Amino acid sequence: MAALTPPGTAPGAPGDDTPLALPAGAALVAAGGTLGVLVRALLTSPAGPGAWPWATFVVNVTGSLVLGALLAVLQRGPDVGQRRAVRLVVGTGVLGGFTTYSTFALEVHRLVSTGHVVTGVVYALGSVVLGVAAAGVGIVVAGRVLAARVPSREGHGPGADGATSGTPDGPGTPGASA
Amino acid sequence: MIVVLALAGGLGAAARFVVDTLVTRRTRSVGVPVGTVVVNATACLLLGALTGWLLGHAGHDGAGAVLGVGFLGGYSTFSTASVEAARLLLAGRGPAAATHALVMLTTSLAASVVGLTLTSP
Repeated sequence: MAALTPPGTAPGAPGDDTPLALPAGAALVAAGGTLGVLVRALLTSPAGPGAWPWATFVVNVTGSLVLGALLAVLQRGPDVGQRRAVRLVVGTGVLGGFTTYSTFALEVHRLVSTGHVVTGVVYALGSVVLGVAAAGVGIVVAGRVLAARVPSREGHGPGADGATSGTPDGPGTPGASA
Repeated sequence: MIVVLALAGGLGAAARFVVDTLVTRRTRSVGVPVGTVVVNATACLLLGALTGWLLGHAGHDGAGAVLGVGFLGGYSTFSTASVEAARLLLAGRGPAAATHALVMLTTSLAASVVGLTLTSP
């Protein structure tokens, strides 16, 4: 899933262009996806006519938040080996399968086509905007928490947002920021 | 039934991985990730078609859930779409992020309508 590797990070990281064994990657994604879809199926049920589809809404926004955080954590090292396996199983598989765009789009269509135009439009734009915001919060917060807790431990690549050389507040401040 | 649905979801997720990987390899020059757009648009087209078909064929709710909630739900993804846009935003590419999110939304909605129209009785 090279699309999740943003251009410009980890220069020279082999992950992006490694001729991935597609079947092996797909098997990892399938394992995770089974779990993610199972959890979503247990948590959600179709919303009533005209009702805000809360279940899909919460699933999609929280899934975006967690995926952002997960990928920010994984990106502190090269996308190979166990890191890549975790990304494929948990990120692409569990969280990708947990969230859904197809059900979301059908819900928007159902709201609009049954006369609940305002609800449909607010649901569509609200989901997308909050999803992107949640993913951004996940990326930034996970990056900062990691940078504060394990400053330059990996010695690979820049700290998440730069300027992460750690504040010299004292070595023993437990959980300075969470 | 829930087990079959979940396994179908795993297959859908694997299909997403394969399609996204193949599309991404062919569209590197675009500069904006388009694999997820292709995945979600095709997922919405198929879910629309499935939903329309079910309207005229009663008694297939179980198979409909396995394919719709399971396979197509696992095939499509909202979280990756959000992360891709958020990354563009955090990289200072606000317009690209907004375009990415809006193209994702409009193509997916349009695909849903096309799918429904094709198969609705």
